[in-house]
Amino acid sequence: MTKTPLTAPPATPTHTVAGGNPIKRFLAATEIDTRLLGMLAALMLIWGGFHIYGAVVNGNGAFLTPRNLWNLSVQTSSIGIMATGMVLVIITRNIDLSVGSLIGVTGMAMGILQVDVLPQILGLGHWSIWIITCAVGIVLGSLIGAFHGWLIAYRGIPSFIVTLGGLMVWRGMAFIANGGKTISPVDSTFALLGGGPGGNIGATGSWIVGILACVGVVWLLINGRKQRVKHEFPLRPMWAEMTLGAIGCGAILGAVMLMNAYPLPRGILRQMNLPDDTFVSHGFAIPVLIMLTVGILMTILMTRTRFGRYVFAIGGNPEAAALAGINTRWMTMKIFALMGALTGIAAVIASARLNSATNALGTLDELYVIAAAVIGGTSLAGGVGTIYGAILGALVMQSLQSGMVLIGFDAAIQRIVVGVVLVLAVYLDNLYRARTK
Amino acid sequence: MTVTKGTPLVEMRDISISFGGIKAVDHVSIDLHPGEVVGLLGHNGAGKSTLIKCLSGAYQKDAGEIYINGERVDIHNPRDARHYNIETIYQTLALADNLDAASNLFLGRELVTAAGFVDDAQMEAETRKIMARLNPNFRKFNVPVSALSGGQRQSVAIARAVYFNAKILIMDEPTAALGPQETQMVAELIQELKRQGLGIFLIEHDIHAVMDLCDRAVVMKNGQRVGTVNVGDVSDDDILGMIIMGKKPAKAY
Repeated sequence: MTKTPLTAPPATPTHTVAGGNPIKRFLAATEIDTRLLGMLAALMLIWGGFHIYGAVVNGNGAFLTPRNLWNLSVQTSSIGIMATGMVLVIITRNIDLSVGSLIGVTGMAMGILQVDVLPQILGLGHWSIWIITCAVGIVLGSLIGAFHGWLIAYRGIPSFIVTLGGLMVWRGMAFIANGGKTISPVDSTFALLGGGPGGNIGATGSWIVGILACVGVVWLLINGRKQRVKHEFPLRPMWAEMTLGAIGCGAILGAVMLMNAYPLPRGILRQMNLPDDTFVSHGFAIPVLIMLTVGILMTILMTRTRFGRYVFAIGGNPEAAALAGINTRWMTMKIFALMGALTGIAAVIASARLNSATNALGTLDELYVIAAAVIGGTSLAGGVGTIYGAILGALVMQSLQSGMVLIGFDAAIQRIVVGVVLVLAVYLDNLYRARTK
Repeated sequence: MTVTKGTPLVEMRDISISFGGIKAVDHVSIDLHPGEVVGLLGHNGAGKSTLIKCLSGAYQKDAGEIYINGERVDIHNPRDARHYNIETIYQTLALADNLDAASNLFLGRELVTAAGFVDDAQMEAETRKIMARLNPNFRKFNVPVSALSGGQRQSVAIARAVYFNAKILIMDEPTAALGPQETQMVAELIQELKRQGLGIFLIEHDIHAVMDLCDRAVVMKNGQRVGTVNVGDVSDDDILGMIIMGKKPAKAY
């Protein structure tokens, strides 16, 4: 390192909390992302709105019930998982229109494999069928994604065109693969991954997950503070750290209690030879746990690894990224391969939940996935986006969808509302960015 | 002052590169010695930036050879250039606007923890250290560089070049976007780096800056080298004559 005599020692940084009203001071001290708060507020508005509308108009507020929210969490999983990958694609100024068709073709391949092929070799109901099936589905998804990425990065075809082609090709492949016939039922262990009967971890399991998550939150806060002390960076006030910890743990334990408040229905109790009035909690559904795991891993990937840093750099300034020695083409190919792998996981959940593989599986999912990423704050101009935003975006989309079903809007109205909300969300986002710049 | 003895730090011999039939650089040779500042001058489109991008790895030369410390090297990409301790400050600065100063400074060369994760805290600490020397008024460590002023952005780009023990520094119009005070700061920095034995290629339009800072000046016109002069031996009018009319003064070679 060079020694330049342009002196003046670095001023010791002090934590300055800007004046102003208490809310501003609170946000500055806790460093909470105001966009996150905005999204949560929008979500609350949607949830409350549907509940009240149902209560007033239909005389039955069904939205804010453990049962509906549990179902909502399961319905969000598949879109949410794909949305985390779409964030990377959109950050690097690309788009992937093929994910819905990719679900169809990987779902169909997994259906054929676990119903027609593997039972012949291993015997029906063999324990390893679901593992092999999932692995093949995920690998197939990432290979197709990598192929798209290769065409985009090394053959210079715009991603819009490659994946628009993919949208049609892979849907057609899904049809041809089994002559348009639906494959059902799938392997019984595989089916659990969709959150159907038995695909949940119960009350005790949920508490364990919740407590582990709380430990994780506290560890993150303590570790973050240690790092700041070590490098003499400004610290958050202690009360702010405590508040963050309390909010985090409160939200997690609240979610556990909510999931545990939804009992198994009578039919399943009877299958388990339990009396009808027994209260057995659902707890977290397996697909939701998969989504949360994917979300955490993707967040680590994006914020803590070189790969994630390069994704942002390419999105911010592709030329600068290349001049910094980043192999932008190879990165693009890897990003699309990752998108394909996540689509494979989503296909596992979607087909397991249906307990069948159909050639129409995932139709129009690409639009919901892109909408989820964009509503979650991913900028189509590139360079900006978060994983948690995309998952929240998926939750918003799914809330709208299932809320409208719940209060009895017909399909035409549903589409109109979803379309309007998408455009409005991006417009509000523009306003937010213009104000905070 | 003439320091053209011994093995040159960099020697670019007979470099040619063309784009779609147009010869952007046509058989140009230049060299650079340790502790020397060589100015590259010429009109826009004379081929200065293109020539230098062959050295920084942004472009691939069509013909010619590059020698570093007398050894022939192949530079295929920016990573190769960095391997030979060649650092470049581009005219466009080449910053990712959505990332903060530390992420830009370490882009492509991130510090990582034992577990292999990027060590943001360590990188920010290092950035604070180098910025304290380069630009003591710099405070905006936690915002994207899009929120910085021209001078602040420039200091991030300079910090990136000098942090990694550069031996050869390429500066493409480093003061184009700066105010007088910041320009003075860059001039002082160039003198300091020179004393430390770095070789610097300086692409510059301001003839006075060239007269002040450079030891030698290479003038290019239409992709060809008009001539090279020792700045101490000629007047600024001589150099202007070379730039504008391609007229080679007697003392040029």
